[in-house]
Amino acid sequence: MEDLMAARLQMAISLGWHIIFACIGMAMPFLMAFAEWKWMKTKDQVYLDLAKSWSKGVAIFFAVGAVSGTLLSFELGLLWPTFMEHAGPIFGMPFSMEGTAFFVEAIALGVFLYGWDKISPLAHWISGLIVGISGVMSGIFVVAANAWMNSPAGFDFVDGKYINIDPIAAMFNDAWFTQATHMTFAAFASTGFAVAGVHAIMLLRGKKIRFHKEALKIALIFGSIAAFAMPITGDLAAKDVAKRQPAKLAAMEAHYHTSKNAPLIIGGIPNDETQEVDYAIEIPGGLSFLAHGDFDAEVIGLDQIPEDERPPVIVVHFAFQIMVGLGTLMMLIGFIYFFMRWRKWDYINNKWWLRILALATPIGFIALEAGWTVTEVGRQPWIIYKVMRTKDALTAMPGIQYSLLTIVLVYSILTLAVIWLMHRQIKSIHEKYNT
Amino acid sequence: MYTELIMIIMGISLILYMILGGADFGAGIIELFIGDKSNSTVSRAMAPVWEANHMWLIIAVVILFNGFPKAYVILSTNLHIPVLLFLIAIIMRGTAFTFRHYDAYHDKSEKIYSTIFRYSSLLAVFFMGITISAFFSGTIPSDTSGTFTEQYIYTWFNWFAVSVGVFLVTISAYIAGIFLLGEVETEEGYNSIRKFIMWIFGLSIISGASIFISSFVSDLQFHKLFLSHPISIAAGVIASLIAPYIYKLIKAKKIWTMRIVVGAQMVLIMIGWFIIQWPNLVVFSDGTKLSMYDASGPVATMKVLFFSLAIGVVVIFPSLYYLFRLFKSEDNLS
Ligand code: HDD
Ligand code: HEM
Ligand code: HEM
Repeated sequence: MEDLMAARLQMAISLGWHIIFACIGMAMPFLMAFAEWKWMKTKDQVYLDLAKSWSKGVAIFFAVGAVSGTLLSFELGLLWPTFMEHAGPIFGMPFSMEGTAFFVEAIALGVFLYGWDKISPLAHWISGLIVGISGVMSGIFVVAANAWMNSPAGFDFVDGKYINIDPIAAMFNDAWFTQATHMTFAAFASTGFAVAGVHAIMLLRGKKIRFHKEALKIALIFGSIAAFAMPITGDLAAKDVAKRQPAKLAAMEAHYHTSKNAPLIIGGIPNDETQEVDYAIEIPGGLSFLAHGDFDAEVIGLDQIPEDERPPVIVVHFAFQIMVGLGTLMMLIGFIYFFMRWRKWDYINNKWWLRILALATPIGFIALEAGWTVTEVGRQPWIIYKVMRTKDALTAMPGIQYSLLTIVLVYSILTLAVIWLMHRQIKSIHEKYNT
Repeated sequence: MYTELIMIIMGISLILYMILGGADFGAGIIELFIGDKSNSTVSRAMAPVWEANHMWLIIAVVILFNGFPKAYVILSTNLHIPVLLFLIAIIMRGTAFTFRHYDAYHDKSEKIYSTIFRYSSLLAVFFMGITISAFFSGTIPSDTSGTFTEQYIYTWFNWFAVSVGVFLVTISAYIAGIFLLGEVETEEGYNSIRKFIMWIFGLSIISGASIFISSFVSDLQFHKLFLSHPISIAAGVIASLIAPYIYKLIKAKKIWTMRIVVGAQMVLIMIGWFIIQWPNLVVFSDGTKLSMYDASGPVATMKVLFFSLAIGVVVIFPSLYYLFRLFKSEDNLS
């Protein structure tokens, strides 16, 4: 394997792995604080148990997220030194703020986990909330850094030199707000569905304890509300992409030919040879409307993008379809949930409903990985859009395949280990409740 | 001015990482040598603070790539291999420690976690020492014309670097020993750690000597730099001369005085190192240097970085104080 391919894969694997822990680290503390708050209000032991066992989950995921994040902050340089040499001083500001947010998160988590009987219940609850708030803040900061790669700002690029650097303008680039809001809701949607799914599986397995029922209820509230936010924030993101990265939009939609009244393509297999999409459903004018809010607007196709600046269409298109498809599905599930709540149906004991939730366990995270694939692969061949190519950023050190191999090995083992550990946590809860 | 201030903040982060992170890594190394006896003490004493202890590394790295990108690039290209090994060890030990602490069951798996935790603690510190050594040894070529081994292997794979690696291992174990003396509950535990400290201190003297000898023998830059800085020499001498006093404190079980004196000893060692480096970040094999001024980002970046760090300091130190008070205040009573 070439070094460039190996480096791209290694980056993708490390980031794709980290993001799962990062999302749990952003959303889970809020679920935990919500349970504790209910406990403070009702003094119902089950909420305390929930808060405590979720906090253990948070601690485990936080630690694994932290070490994989530490790897990332070096990996940016290990793999892309030329990129970091120039980008570091420009987009570094969100990272330095992120450092503070992490610190606060780590401290507040220490207080939360070990301070149960050392501080007042209210102070304890607040420390849990701080964990969540600083987690979300750190997420927003890194996403702002990533948004800068999509929408470079805060410098002038003249004769290969980066001058007039303004780190604050770089942080508040055109893409940061849409990306950060979409990402933050995604963290809640994917974590909410995953947690609800796991507890649904437990209920289906006959572990019909209140612990699982209450957990499921809390997770579903978070997941469903966030699921509604996904298409809205996603649409804003798409309009944004249409404006600043027409090549990415064209790849997402497999839109080969520039046209007015462009159709929205659903499904289908893009064919780079014929520049057509086979077997697709077309909604006339749909793409023009979604991208620019006008059925007759012109949408730039791949034919207007120089050949060596086109992202890989198939990957981006499929990833986009997966994200949007699953996002629609999640919204539908959320809709059914709110409907059942409104009609006061006994959904928590309904086998079919639990089955749906169980099947939906991973879909939030799949959508999340797909979304990142759209963003990152859709930016190719640029590492800094229109400024630096990914291949020019690569390290001079040969043999990246070996480092890729090592990372794959380490992460595979860790993935299995984390799953095993979580399994044991759940088992211990069942022993506690004698089921 | 911002460049110097930021450098000083990075220096402070590194000192804190050396002491707090060092105690944390060292705890794993102690377990490796004196075994299960220390296991529960380590877990109990470290768990509330160990996440926070590692934040200092993140802060230092962020300062490096934000403020001194050229130095970060050298670190990550010429030292790619030891940095990667260090990171893998960090991942292994972090997860093993967490697993051991939070696993719902205490059965045979605990042995596996402990073994991984212990060995990877040692390896993490060792590779960190190896990596750091390259900044002041003068093994990194100043251009990119060399062969693969010259560029990526000899930069860190040499007697000098190994000596620094071993030295850092002994120093972290020593710091952890001093810390744990205040945490053990039994007389027997106290004595076994006390013996370990004597032993590891001896090793640190041997590896420290090996650092100098290897620099002379291989004609590296380190001893030249060191001998031309009287303050560094003084710092080194004072740090060594307080050893007998620490020995007395250990005998007398004066936990907090002992911790503070050893902390000061570490600060001296670090200052000795910073002085020989200042204002250089990297000393190349031909004797040329990359100073912090050459490596630094543009003024606008340094200014913003400084203010972000200043905000960080205002937020972090009070919260950290709160955390340590909450969990370490009972020690004062005992
Ligand atoms: C739970 C996960 C999830 C779900 C259900 C959705 N998304 Fe998404 N999407 C993400 C998770 C995500 C993400 C992983 O979080 C991304 C990657 C980068 C980012 O900022 O968010 C993303 C990126 C992303 C982008 C690219 C932004 C860019 O490159 O700047 C667009 C256009 C959309 N999304 C659009 C949508 C639409 C129209 C959805 C309709 C249902 C949708 N997403 C659902
Ligand atoms: C955590 C969520 C993220 C995921 C899942 C993700 C995914 C990916 C993927 C799949 C690639 C490979 C693209 C390709 O080469 O075809 C990539 C590349 C890259 N990403 Fe991300 N990314 C994430 C967030 C970020 C963030 C926050 C940053 C930086 C601040 C970042 C920086 C990079 C860099 C530097 C590359 C390599 C250069 C390139 O291929 O363009 N990523 N990422
Ligand atoms: C979109 C992408 C990312 C998001 C949303 C994100 C978010 C987070 C969050 C919430 C945490 C807290 C840990 C937890 O609670 O599990 C975390 C940890 C960490 N992340 Fe990321 N991250 C992303 C990408 C990156 C990248 C690209 C880097 C490195 C350059 C990075 C570096 C770190 C570091 C160093 C930590 C550990 C700090 C700690 O212990 O809290 N992250 N990340």
